[in-house]
Amino acid sequence: MPDTPLISESAVGAAVEAALAAIAAATDTGALKAARSAHAGEASTLAQLNASLRDVPADQKAPLGKLVGQARGRVQQAVAAREGELAAAEEQARLDAESIDVTGIPPIRPVGARHPLTTQMERMSDIFIAMGWEVAEGPELENEWFNFDALNFDPDHPARAMQDTFFIDPVERHLVLRTHTSPVQIRSLLERGVPLYVVAPGRVFRTDELDATHTPVFHQLEGIAIDRGLTMAHLRGTLEHMARAMFGADAKIRLRPSYFPFTEPSAELDVWHPTFTGGARWIEWGGCGMVSPNVLRAAGVDPDEYQGFAFGMGIERTLMFRNDVRDMRDMVEGDIRFSQQFGSVV
Amino acid sequence: MRVPLSWLREWVDVPSTGDVSADAEHVHAALVRVGLEEEGVHGGALTGPIVVGEVLEFVEEPQSNGKTIRWCQVRTGTTPDGEPEVRGIVCGARNFMIGDLVVVSLPGAVLPGPFPIAARKTYGHVSDGMIASARELGLGDDHDGILRLATLGVDAEAGTDAIALLGLDDVAVEVNVTPDRGYTLSIRGIAREYSHSTGAPFRDPAKALEVGEGDGFTVVVDDQGPVRDRRGCDVFVTRAVRGIDATRPTPPWMVSRLSLAGIRSISLPVDITNYVMLELGQPVHAYDLAALVGGITVRRARAGEKIVTLDDQQRVLDAEDLLICDDDGPIGIAGVMGGASTEVSASTTDVLIEAANFDPVSIARSARRHKLPSEASKRFARGVDPLVAEPAAQRVVDLLVELAGGTVDELGSAWVEAKRPESIALAEGYVDRLIGVDYSLDEVTDSLGAVGCRLKPEGDGWLVEPPSWRPDLVDAPSLAEEVARIVGYDRIPSLLPVAPPGRGLTRSQAVRRAVGSALAAAGFTEVLAYPFVRPADNAIIEGADVAQVRVANALDAENAQLRVSLLPGLIAIAHRNLARGLTDLALVELGHVFRPEPGVDYGVDSVPFGTARPDDAVVVELEQSIPPQPWHLAALVLGDRRPRGIGQSAEAAGIADALDAARLVASVAGVELRVASGAHPALHPGRTATLLVGDEPVGVAGELLPAVALERDLPRRVGVLELDLDRLIALGSGEVAARPISAFPAATQDLSVVVGLDVPAGAVLDAVVDGAGALLEHAELVDDYRGDGLEPGTKSLTLALRFRAPDRTLTAAEATEAKNAGLARAAQLHGAALRA
Repeated sequence: MPDTPLISESAVGAAVEAALAAIAAATDTGALKAARSAHAGEASTLAQLNASLRDVPADQKAPLGKLVGQARGRVQQAVAAREGELAAAEEQARLDAESIDVTGIPPIRPVGARHPLTTQMERMSDIFIAMGWEVAEGPELENEWFNFDALNFDPDHPARAMQDTFFIDPVERHLVLRTHTSPVQIRSLLERGVPLYVVAPGRVFRTDELDATHTPVFHQLEGIAIDRGLTMAHLRGTLEHMARAMFGADAKIRLRPSYFPFTEPSAELDVWHPTFTGGARWIEWGGCGMVSPNVLRAAGVDPDEYQGFAFGMGIERTLMFRNDVRDMRDMVEGDIRFSQQFGSVV
Repeated sequence: MRVPLSWLREWVDVPSTGDVSADAEHVHAALVRVGLEEEGVHGGALTGPIVVGEVLEFVEEPQSNGKTIRWCQVRTGTTPDGEPEVRGIVCGARNFMIGDLVVVSLPGAVLPGPFPIAARKTYGHVSDGMIASARELGLGDDHDGILRLATLGVDAEAGTDAIALLGLDDVAVEVNVTPDRGYTLSIRGIAREYSHSTGAPFRDPAKALEVGEGDGFTVVVDDQGPVRDRRGCDVFVTRAVRGIDATRPTPPWMVSRLSLAGIRSISLPVDITNYVMLELGQPVHAYDLAALVGGITVRRARAGEKIVTLDDQQRVLDAEDLLICDDDGPIGIAGVMGGASTEVSASTTDVLIEAANFDPVSIARSARRHKLPSEASKRFARGVDPLVAEPAAQRVVDLLVELAGGTVDELGSAWVEAKRPESIALAEGYVDRLIGVDYSLDEVTDSLGAVGCRLKPEGDGWLVEPPSWRPDLVDAPSLAEEVARIVGYDRIPSLLPVAPPGRGLTRSQAVRRAVGSALAAAGFTEVLAYPFVRPADNAIIEGADVAQVRVANALDAENAQLRVSLLPGLIAIAHRNLARGLTDLALVELGHVFRPEPGVDYGVDSVPFGTARPDDAVVVELEQSIPPQPWHLAALVLGDRRPRGIGQSAEAAGIADALDAARLVASVAGVELRVASGAHPALHPGRTATLLVGDEPVGVAGELLPAVALERDLPRRVGVLELDLDRLIALGSGEVAARPISAFPAATQDLSVVVGLDVPAGAVLDAVVDGAGALLEHAELVDDYRGDGLEPGTKSLTLALRFRAPDRTLTAAEATEAKNAGLARAAQLHGAALRA
């Protein structure tokens, strides 16, 4: 077999040198593939040297075999190493090509926002839900009995005229837009009975022209608790808890004597707002009191056995002093910039 | 109620610090503690020198700005050597003459504002002070010209200190009186409350008088039509005073107090009656005795009867109006306004004084009926102390004698049939149980005693007789309130009640919250529109004959209907945003709409009266007396859904956004929403989708009819959605039964079918899904091709189908078989053919 190469250290060394040079010279995976085929493939010098091991005398097979085997191993390793280098370089080139200026990526879908009055009502409701209270609701267009008579508003009492009521046409049919969320007190007592612990957030209506501090359509959160043995101390405790949950541990409340037909005793509620813009101060927050026995009777509850308290506060007003909203109109006009500055922050 | 402090001090000791605003603050704080609300402070904020001036001469000088000023020489005093002290003063007003006495603020004075006075150059002169108007002095609202002392009937030497002369250093605190406490619409009541708050001794002005009596004047109270079974008049006291000079000026101290209290000086007799009303809370009327014919009868009006009131208006009376009549007919609407025929005038010499007590309901109704809310009717409607009528009449008599030169006449009458207030049983411990405070027995009895109650021990507590001026004390809780407020609300401790375990939000409440959050996350901004709309706004949504609710006393008569849909409100808000340059909008509102059923007569003939629970039938009638007011959800999109940006082109919003929002809502509510082509009067005929759950329509999505959009100044393309949220939530179960998830490989295949152009893609999709059976896991429409290669009048729809079996790897043949079954169903229902 004359064309079988003779295995020698120099022949093997030369083949390895040639292979390593070719591998190192390959600058992309295609060139590397060609170099591998030429220097480690079936037709390569090293493959032929390996094949000629067949003809080597038995006593030399081991050393020569080792010589060739190590040479092939070196070439394979070099190929693998180069392959890794080239793949990394190529991936890097791709990443470079794919790079963009992340500071300029436009929004695909602009984020929306909830109305802060809604989130405000939910947040206030949640404070009570956490105490086991439930959320009650009632209609906005209401029968006068629920809005007034059942709440101990005598038809001829000045307090009724002072409610600035929207009446539904024809007025003889006794329908109104509810002037407060208090009719939900009656509906809840009738539907749920006692003991009763509910809050009722919702929309109410008064014939006030829209200006910086008034709106004919606004929101209140009503609360009513009727049980055995509830006192005005429980009213204070509940309102104090709510004030702290809303305005922080330093918040406190103050009750001032007042008058509402459906509570006796009645009180105005002031809250000490520790982080009010322009300095901590007392702010009028709402009204409250012990539910009048007449109200309980109208809803079929025995006032000798059960008593309790009710309270209500304006949501717009709360938002105005809590979030420093200066103009009522911002809350009602629907300008998206107003809601969007709140996002969905509660 | 405005309370001049000098007046208050006559009846209760109020400390004086020398600083009027500090004093006012102190009085306010004291009154707020016992339940009056702080409203403001009037007058007082001025310092001298402010003196009486006499106008000696003036020259009128027209100015280039069109004004004419007067350059006046005013005598403001006398120099030490007896010469007149004369100052040159520029004055813009022209309502005075030479010789008039006026009020001059000299340099160094400070008027309310604060407005410091200095000698300054103006209109070419150095003005050495300022001639003041009544308003500038804090003496009311009159700013039509400068104050001439003659109008107050004041005569004084030039140079006299005007502050002392006119009581300008007095100050009034204004408090808001709750409608149950009519007695605090008086100095008497306020002084009593101040005493409750501070413990300062109270001197009752009603008891500071020697009350005399007149008789011989006939008064008949003949109420044939009591309102709500209450006699219209319980007390009627008359007294006569003769020989008064009605033209005498009212003394400045009285003018000042009246003015601080917010009441204009009119004439001496009228000012005296107003003064006594403010002091004692008893409205008093004075008749010109010479104009009275015979005695007085108090009776109800006859329907159609007429009277000309003091304001010279002829008023047609109602049978419920209570009248004061003489033998010739009505001379006044009781407690509301007197008549013109017996009005006291400058020539009046003899007057008859009336101090009566009228039923609050009757007076409130008359005042409302005739739109005459007067100082008198305000007090009667809140209840006047029936026992203060005689002292009030006496006080007027005394003042007329003292100030108007009259003499007391024996003529008069005193008919007093006021009922004593009903006594209230108060159990010992009741106040503690309601308020949650351990009051001592003394605290309870002393507090009630302080407000004027008389207590008699009875049973396990007391029988409490409220004072005549407290008609609001009617039951044990009202007495508990007195104890709590007299002792102070600060004594009430803080306890948190423990409610029974609650169930959290209802499903409906939870879904509405989640829907709101999901839509906000999806790019929608929540708005809250007013529910008031024009009839046309409702008509465009539901047709011209839509049943709708109207507000009888809307603020804006044009927008008096209540919305049947949320869309008109969203459209208006979209327009407002556009007008402010916000051109890409995605709005959403969750709110109530008002949907009366056609032909239903909502409301009730009468509402139950009294404090007992109405029977079940009545409760049901009341509950059903209002129209349905379901929660709706509406969304509106216009402009771009995706903004233009680097590497990104803008994408216009439209019906797809409306549908996506609907799908999101459905997903949150747990219902499967079907989309069918639909029609709506306000929407684009080719871009309207009816949204259904099962076969029940729950809403509509689409784009506004371009004409509708353009008419409202919106762009041509506006996507809208409206859902009946209550129905949608009701149709969802809120519970999900989970299907097992198969981990076997899926087989995907496309299916292209040819159908007529009028066949809805959704219907083809539904048919394929229906026909393909259980192996079809998912199907979606991916292409709608029309054009070359198709028969005219047809289109090709391509569906991407994904098949999977729960228990094995599907073969291609099985998937094809299922696909063909789907195709067969579409062929059967819609004539679909496999696209060649």
